[in-house]
Amino acid sequence: MILAAMTPPTEPASLSSPLEPGERIVATLELDLDEQLAFRPGRLVLTERRILGPDAAQSWPLSACAHLHHYDHAGIGTLELADNTARLALWRYTLGRNPAALRFEREFNRLKEGLASGSSAEAADAETGEGGSTAEPTTPPSTWTLLRLWRFARPYQGMLLAGFLLTLAATAATLVPPYLTMPLMDDVLIPYQNGTPVDWTKVSWLLGGLLGAALLAWGLGWARTYILALVSERIGADLRTTTYEHLLKLSLEYFGGKRTGDLLARIGSETDRINVFLSLHLLDFATDVLMIAMTAVILFSINPWLALATLLPLPIIAWLIHMVRDRLRTGFEQIDRVWAEVTSVLADTIPGIRVVKAFAQETREAQRFRDANRHNLEVNDRLNRVWSLFAPTVGLLTEIGVLVVWMFGIWLISKDSITVGVLTAFLAYITRFYVRLDSMSRIVSVTQKAAAGAKRIFDILDHVSSVPEPAHPVSLPAPQGGIEIRAVHFRHGNRAILRGIDLDIRPGEMVGLVGHSGSGKSTLVNLICRFYDVTGGAIRVEGVDLRSIAVADWRKHIGLVLQEPFLFFGTIAENIAYGKPDATRAEIVAAARAAHAHEFILRQPFGYDSLVGERGQSLSGGERQRISIARALLIDPKILILDEATSAVDTETEFEIQRALNNLIRGRTTIAIAHRLSTLRRADRLIVMERGRIVEIGNHDDLMAREGHYWRLYMAQSRQLDAPPPLGEELPEGAA
Amino acid sequence: MSAAFSLTRTPFGRLVFVGADGTAQEAVVPVRAFALTAPDEGIALLSAEGHELVWIERLADLPPAQRTLIEEELSRREFMPVIEHILAVDSYATPSTWQIETDRGATQLLLKSEDDIRRLNGPGALLIADGNGIHYLIRDRRQLDPLSQKILKRFL
Ligand SMILES: Nc1ncnc2c1ncn2[C@@H]1O[C@H](COP(=O)(O)OP(=O)(O)OP(=O)(O)O)[C@@H](O)[C@H]1O
Ligand SMILES: [Mg+2]
Repeated sequence: MILAAMTPPTEPASLSSPLEPGERIVATLELDLDEQLAFRPGRLVLTERRILGPDAAQSWPLSACAHLHHYDHAGIGTLELADNTARLALWRYTLGRNPAALRFEREFNRLKEGLASGSSAEAADAETGEGGSTAEPTTPPSTWTLLRLWRFARPYQGMLLAGFLLTLAATAATLVPPYLTMPLMDDVLIPYQNGTPVDWTKVSWLLGGLLGAALLAWGLGWARTYILALVSERIGADLRTTTYEHLLKLSLEYFGGKRTGDLLARIGSETDRINVFLSLHLLDFATDVLMIAMTAVILFSINPWLALATLLPLPIIAWLIHMVRDRLRTGFEQIDRVWAEVTSVLADTIPGIRVVKAFAQETREAQRFRDANRHNLEVNDRLNRVWSLFAPTVGLLTEIGVLVVWMFGIWLISKDSITVGVLTAFLAYITRFYVRLDSMSRIVSVTQKAAAGAKRIFDILDHVSSVPEPAHPVSLPAPQGGIEIRAVHFRHGNRAILRGIDLDIRPGEMVGLVGHSGSGKSTLVNLICRFYDVTGGAIRVEGVDLRSIAVADWRKHIGLVLQEPFLFFGTIAENIAYGKPDATRAEIVAAARAAHAHEFILRQPFGYDSLVGERGQSLSGGERQRISIARALLIDPKILILDEATSAVDTETEFEIQRALNNLIRGRTTIAIAHRLSTLRRADRLIVMERGRIVEIGNHDDLMAREGHYWRLYMAQSRQLDAPPPLGEELPEGAA
Repeated sequence: MSAAFSLTRTPFGRLVFVGADGTAQEAVVPVRAFALTAPDEGIALLSAEGHELVWIERLADLPPAQRTLIEEELSRREFMPVIEHILAVDSYATPSTWQIETDRGATQLLLKSEDDIRRLNGPGALLIADGNGIHYLIRDRRQLDPLSQKILKRFL
């Protein structure tokens, strides 16, 4: 252990209480909290003779101590020392020190048992992985996130380039008409007012030019919009499928921490928003920028001074945009979150509608939705206050800009430095120009929205599965079904759920896992399926660590029936064949027969072709369980895991399923979890778990003879069956 | 499973099944396991209590007499009209009443929601659940007349 290595055992000078001559340190524990839970360093030392506490004078001879007990809660670990009558001392530490504490405890127990031997390296090694919690790094979303979308745009480079060139041409075409107003004014209308007759050929040429330019702009604009919409739609679709594919590969831990509504919103509406942004807003913006640049060039080529006056408000608007930018960005992110909250309420309630109705909580759920909506409104209102000021200000500046052009233009005309035609052309340009500025200012908000959406999508894409695929997977051609579980620890966040499980499951063996609810049975099974990775220790098959086998490669050997059977929307046959879509009808029927589902399926209106609802609403709990057993059996797995697989069927049906299973269990390893102990009577070995540990192993008769945990569980059940105690009798006990 | 059983019809019209062990079961019911995807494969005879008496892999493998009996019984129990024309609908929003012509005559069906139209595995095959629980079949919607197709498209 790192901590132990940092403190050389042969350095008594640094200890608070000096060692006696010949005393050897067995283990140390660096404490970082004191008894009042304030951060204060201290050190606990275990020697062959005594425990030395963090305070100078305190030490307890081993002969006087009976137990060293370790437990943790909410991220804080505690070691408790007691003799046979009372607690002697108590030490606290944060969970980063947990491995050292476990080692300390183990060494203590070893000394107490008189087995003092120095070699604890192996056990300690197994735990080095423990306590590692990974924090998700948070980076503020910036517009640069959008650039990462390039990865999805690259396949469409050619089309994008074509779109850009078309945009260039279309924009140029739209700039022709105002230019033509200049000769129209100067060479036709003004001379006419001064007495020259109208030159009709010239007029028809000019008007023809106007029409031609308009038609050209129309055609080019259509081609451009079509091509770019095509591309952006494809980018959006790629983004969506890539995100979904990645999401499916993430571990259960990720899904456990996320709300369905939020994920639905991300993959559904966020990708769509990015899509709209690319096809509509970004395109418009690019057109606008091009137009402004081209207009500026034209204006300067006509008259630099007037051009300068025209373009003057531009930097002011740019500055204004920049000012509002930051506020809007945080605002839009907030709106996204609130929006996810609104959908989350729906995604929570609709699947749980039975519970809602059963407890008559419709009004509460409606209130929850209303609250989420009100929150949405509040956030929007706050944002709109800034936002609503923005557009009118741009409008005002536009008007002022036009005013400036009029003033300066009239002055220049009076000085004879420009013609009326030039001023008309300028005014024609500038109105188009400022109209665009107004819509350009909208790019700020949509870019922010799209960037926020992109960030939320890349959050998913950047998330590395906590059950990583090995870089060089070991292939596992045909496992025999044996599983070695070595010193396995597992924690969720800072809560220890499994604490040191050691178990060898032999090929073809049936083991039953029993224990109180919450003792970690399902968790152990989840680790074997590698839904999560162990935080300490290892699980091996055929001598290979599970973590070095490709996940799918391993799971195809496992048939799993879950505590909560889930049926997909589809026919019964499709549900049974879920793990093996190319199964023949005969195979499906055989699996259903084995799971005792065949007869009730035949009673459905279309037999195996009957639809089952999203959550299998139309089937009973036991029927759903039997379909999921059939699903597990169909893939003919080497390892069969039944987590309360028959809890929802009556005893007689369970008996029948078991009889059927007996044939199927042969040749495969079976791990069965059941609260109803009679379910496990066929098990070769029963594993009794208690608060994350294995407390007893043996077959039914052994365990009964031992009169331990299993015996108590069994007696409690059989007593209940034989003579249910009257309710009144229980009450005083509970009340006391 | 072999077809080592006998099947007869009582004067009351019930089917009587005598299995290999010689016990007779009255009022047995044939059911199709894959009623939609493979109607002629996998037919089970259920006892009146709903237990499986015999499993018939393929109807064609049975002796003709038994086969006719089973087919008669099946057709009596199965009612799945095939829609040939959709003549009119009263609204394109559900619930909507359709005037249809089926292989069993003209009728009307009430579509409660678009969800009641179920796509089957065959190309273009649809199963429409009527508001009264009757299922109507469309064998291939691409083979319908243009008007029917146009109406149908609005609901898909
Ligand atoms: N995702 C999770 N996050 C935090 N704690 C969890 C999580 N999953 C399970 N736990 C906790 O781990 C402990 C063991 O849970 P587990 O599901 O393994 O119990 P179990 O033995 O299967 O119980 P039961 O018999 O009720 O199914 C429980 O105390 C539970 O609260
Ligand atoms: Mg469980």
